[in-house]
Amino acid sequence: MTPIIRISGLGKTYDTGFQALKSVDLDIQPGEIFALLGPNGAGKTTLIGAVCGIVRPTAGTITVDGFDNQTAFREARARVGLVPQELHTDSFETVWATVRHSRGLFGKPPNDALIERVLRDLSLWDKRNNKMVTLSGGMKRRVMIAKALSHEPKILFLDEPTAGVDVELRRDMWSMVERLRAEGVTIILTTHYIEEAEELADRIGVISKGEIILVEDKAALMQKLGSKELQVELQAPLKDIPAELAAYHLELSEDGLRLTYRFDARREGTGIPDLMRQLATSGLDFRDLQTKQSSLEDIFVTLVSDRT
Amino acid sequence: MNLYAVRSIYTYELSRWFRTLSQSILAPVISTSLYFVVFGSAIGSRMTAINGVSYGAFIVPGLMMLAVLTESLSNASFGIFMPKWNGTIYEVLTAPISWLEAVTGYVGAATTKSVILGCIILATARLFVPFNIAHPIAMISFLVLTALSFSLFGFIIGVWADNFEKLQVVPLLVITPLTFLGGSFYSINMLPPVWRQITLFNPVVYLVSGFRWSFYGLSDVGVGLSLGVTLCFTLGCCGVIWWIFKTGYRLRS
Ligand SMILES: Nc1ncnc2c1ncn2[C@@H]1O[C@H](COP(=O)(O)OP(=O)(O)OP(=O)(O)O)[C@@H](O)[C@H]1O
Ligand SMILES: [Mg+2]
Repeated sequence: MTPIIRISGLGKTYDTGFQALKSVDLDIQPGEIFALLGPNGAGKTTLIGAVCGIVRPTAGTITVDGFDNQTAFREARARVGLVPQELHTDSFETVWATVRHSRGLFGKPPNDALIERVLRDLSLWDKRNNKMVTLSGGMKRRVMIAKALSHEPKILFLDEPTAGVDVELRRDMWSMVERLRAEGVTIILTTHYIEEAEELADRIGVISKGEIILVEDKAALMQKLGSKELQVELQAPLKDIPAELAAYHLELSEDGLRLTYRFDARREGTGIPDLMRQLATSGLDFRDLQTKQSSLEDIFVTLVSDRT
Repeated sequence: MNLYAVRSIYTYELSRWFRTLSQSILAPVISTSLYFVVFGSAIGSRMTAINGVSYGAFIVPGLMMLAVLTESLSNASFGIFMPKWNGTIYEVLTAPISWLEAVTGYVGAATTKSVILGCIILATARLFVPFNIAHPIAMISFLVLTALSFSLFGFIIGVWADNFEKLQVVPLLVITPLTFLGGSFYSINMLPPVWRQITLFNPVVYLVSGFRWSFYGLSDVGVGLSLGVTLCFTLGCCGVIWWIFKTGYRLRS
């Protein structure tokens, strides 16, 4: 499949001399949901800005659906919708006027039926005649999304769409993303909520200090990097870990009833059978066993801290 | 050409103006009336006619120019400064539009407002003093051209300004003195020769002179020269704006 966005050698050095992106290469496939993760200041917004035309790259090229975003900027930009990280609104415009304006800006003929549908989907229809200044932050964010969707983009950038958003709205947004995916829209989102990436994304990229340090299928990433935990619930409380178990680096809970064993799922031998045998020879009876896959968040923290 | 975008920017900008329509109309009507009470009646009655034109009638073109210049500047600079300031500019920057389209929308709206305003002042002035317009078509052309060139200039100021003070400083420190010293309220022939020579460096002199010619057939400098200076100024502003968009100056980081 030819990528819908192809970023190669993208670099950005701001006027301050700060290098926010260092030769980034990234391909986004049509129809996928790509989550870009990274700590504050990693360069996520800069990367998105470069694709959308807000930031001027200092190196490299970007093509959108085959169109170079500098030389064929009209074709490239017409395909891209952006929901920026910050809430930018014209305070005294109505919701309706501002969303309608967005569609016009992107060169699409007026289509009030479509705008009505977008507003209804985002539960904004009742607010359509409200001035922006009268809306709550969450509502404003919905309007920002409505603006981006008003011109029917093939590609949608969501820069931290759920920052400062309540649980209900977050769920709403997730289902909106699913709906758009079903319509074939490619979505690139940044987030600090790992559960969000875990829930939505097909692929995950991690950016740190202006470099993409990892791009991986979500499932593969979880499997490949996920360390697992085995928890052993004991029948009788244990005071200390017996010396013969020292090699397993077990952790004993406060109440002495639970032993935790960490192992690397990437390795061939997990060491579990040996541990079980050793427990039996040590005369430790257990009630229950459970294993836990570490979350994307754990993986992410490990990855980023490895580099610092 | 992305005509939908041009239309969208244009109507969006004008709607901002229409929201405060009563103020937009009332303010110039009141200020023009005040000028006529002071300059037209109180002072004007003691002034001799200038080349056969009564002082009240003489200042009409200058008054219109004064208002059109300041309004063009403030409307156009505000029109582009606001989105920069509140961040909504991101949408214009990500939209599939060229600099020409963006400028047509913003500057077109500002020009429209100024021309309408000029007409309101003209109508108000007519209530105070009788006058005829000798060359109506030239009058309209000068009006539109002036509104356009100063809207372009205002656009540049709006892009350049990164705070409200800067937005005010150019109109206040440069444009207001130039307009007052540009022969709006007197003929530059009334000045001593040295000052007259210095005044010729003021571009506003050419605007006012050409505009006054379209009313009464009198001018301080040749009409062709007036037109030439105005056109040069317009083209100069276009050049600067083209450069702004090419380099992304103060628009794209
Ligand atoms: N206009 C600018 N001028 C100079 N430096 C900038 C500019 N914009 C961003 N930066 C710097 O570039 C780096 C990357 O910023 P960016 O906004 O892309 O980060 P981010 O990954 O989106 O962070 P966050 O998670 O906080 O949104 C930061 O160190 C920031 O200080
Ligand atoms: Mg960001």
